[in-house]
Amino acid sequence: MGVILEVRDLVVRFYTQEGTVYAVNGVSYDLDEGETLGIVGESGSGKSVSSLAVMGLIPSPPGKVEAGSVIFEGRDLLQLKPDQMRLIRGKEIAMIFQDPMTSLNPVLTIGTQITESLKLHEGMSTSQSRKRAADLLDMVGIPDAYRRLDDYPHQFSGGMRQRVMIAMGLSCNPKLLIADEPTTALDVTIQAQIIELVKALKDEFNMAMIWITHDLGVVAGIADRIQVMYGGRIMESGSSHEVFGDSRHPYTVGLLGSLPRLDSSGEEKLTQIEGSPPDMHSEPDGCPFAPRCDIREHLNLEKCWVERPPLETVPNASGDQSHVMSCWADISEGVAENV
Amino acid sequence: MSSQVMTAGNGSTTTSNDYILEVTDLKKHFPISAGIVFQRQVGAVRAVDGVSFHVVRGETLGLVGESGCGKSTTGRTILQLYRPTEGSVKFEGQELSTMAGNDLRQMRRRMQIIFQDPFASLNPRMTVGSIVSEPLQIHKIYSNKKERQQYVEQLMEKVGLNPYFINRYPHEFSGGQRQRIGIARALALEPSFIVADEPISALDVSIQAQVVNLMEELQDELNLTYLFIAHDLSMVRHICDRVAVMYLGKIVELGPVDEVYENPQHPYTQALLSAVPVPDPTVEENRQRIIITGDLPNPASPPVGCNFNTRCPVSVDLCYEEPDPPLIEVQPDHFVSCHRVT
Repeated sequence: MGVILEVRDLVVRFYTQEGTVYAVNGVSYDLDEGETLGIVGESGSGKSVSSLAVMGLIPSPPGKVEAGSVIFEGRDLLQLKPDQMRLIRGKEIAMIFQDPMTSLNPVLTIGTQITESLKLHEGMSTSQSRKRAADLLDMVGIPDAYRRLDDYPHQFSGGMRQRVMIAMGLSCNPKLLIADEPTTALDVTIQAQIIELVKALKDEFNMAMIWITHDLGVVAGIADRIQVMYGGRIMESGSSHEVFGDSRHPYTVGLLGSLPRLDSSGEEKLTQIEGSPPDMHSEPDGCPFAPRCDIREHLNLEKCWVERPPLETVPNASGDQSHVMSCWADISEGVAENV
Repeated sequence: MSSQVMTAGNGSTTTSNDYILEVTDLKKHFPISAGIVFQRQVGAVRAVDGVSFHVVRGETLGLVGESGCGKSTTGRTILQLYRPTEGSVKFEGQELSTMAGNDLRQMRRRMQIIFQDPFASLNPRMTVGSIVSEPLQIHKIYSNKKERQQYVEQLMEKVGLNPYFINRYPHEFSGGQRQRIGIARALALEPSFIVADEPISALDVSIQAQVVNLMEELQDELNLTYLFIAHDLSMVRHICDRVAVMYLGKIVELGPVDEVYENPQHPYTQALLSAVPVPDPTVEENRQRIIITGDLPNPASPPVGCNFNTRCPVSVDLCYEEPDPPLIEVQPDHFVSCHRVT
């Protein structure tokens, strides 16, 4: 399988009145055709901003992509002119946003909103595009689809609105779908409906997908590969089995330990990560997780404060190099158990 | 207070004496009005529509359900922040629904609330010190200003805030720290019962464990009783002793938390639990999900028959005819409201 998206050394900053926000500080990854990448992180970790940069949607000013490249099918998206980018956005790469309430236009019917990209990218006539839009709504499970084209967003429930968003995203058969917390605003039973739907559609359309979330449970079920972000950097990345089953970064280990599980009675206390998420107004010299890291404290590592750890391959039995992490300590040698 | 063994919602050993809270057939309907000049009521949103349960002193009862099921309204109606439309709320043996004025204010010393959104529930123009000491001023505890400040500093220390920050404002704190301020405020009057209304759902994952651990420590130390309202079912299993599952204003299942999670009887509980993702790809690959179709019906016009019949995968004719299946005890302490469960 070929690589569809290559992100290299992406750096995004926001220049605000309160100072510079160092949102993304050197992010690199590859995405294969048909692969689902889960990007996990807390608020402010840079997970959304790095994906908005891929779409060329960083509001500028105050935002600016300072460095890096985003190679999509041989072209660097960051070098494209706005009108060239517009031909890709919505056609080749589509995006679903978190809040279907605010990302649909309340004064336009959903028919108008879905057919917009069909007319623009596919050159369809009004009647053709309406027929295609109805088919799409039908496909995402909206009953009585043709009639509902003339309804407004407020006439749909939250889950139905998210289905409309998905229909819009898929309207031009994109090669890559970026889903930015698409189920966070929804209840669990509706979330389960949407996840099942997206999984089925992904196979049908043979898309690659980036699924951004803070919910480790959701990515465990949907992603082939998982990338854990913190402080604008990638902390750990690997197949979902590697990241969950053989977590190596202290942040990943801490995050998984702090989660209660539905399938265990949970008598024992949750292990907590001390402190608060980093202030993004300054760029630390060393590892962004250092102030909260109990491994660093335990081993008394000075290096963590002064030097940024590189992403290094975690050796595994199969010999492939997909599992990488960025940490000076090697916690595979039983260090984690002693902390 | 009678010491007779209650028939609903208790084991064979507990008597009503152990109950800190008894809720019986509680209803809260919000009127829907129409007309601009002459307002008239045209209907009602049945947010809470007949719930009965009790809370044993020292335990944590979880109240779970999806948004709009009435779980927060239940919590607020118990504290009389909303006055109930019908039904009884007995707290430490005293009926709250008919209580008013100073009597009710005195009861509020014994029961407090922690809110969901630590950004909206703290007055941005008050310092931490004045936020935490406001309940003390209202109830005229510590007339001496210095003693009051000392007490507030103790409280701040207890919830893991540096007392040095007593004169700072809420915006200077992170979400987790703000929630600690909210907890300190709730603890100021030394209550015995706290309604925690989604106290962690606005917080980052790594901060949630901090706040939950703090709440558990405080419970042990101060012998607190919690009504823990949440939609995070994994966290509920961790923190709660018993759990009540609500759907459209009614309790559909109630029981000890491990029993309900391992042996759910109501089709809604089964679907709800199966929809919760588990952070383990190996488990996720082998999981069978029960996907229920459709959305929550409008609580202003609930379906005829059982409330869940519009989405239920196992409904039979009876479910569309006979309303309100009773809560039946299927196991000791485990109650289910479903026509299919006998």
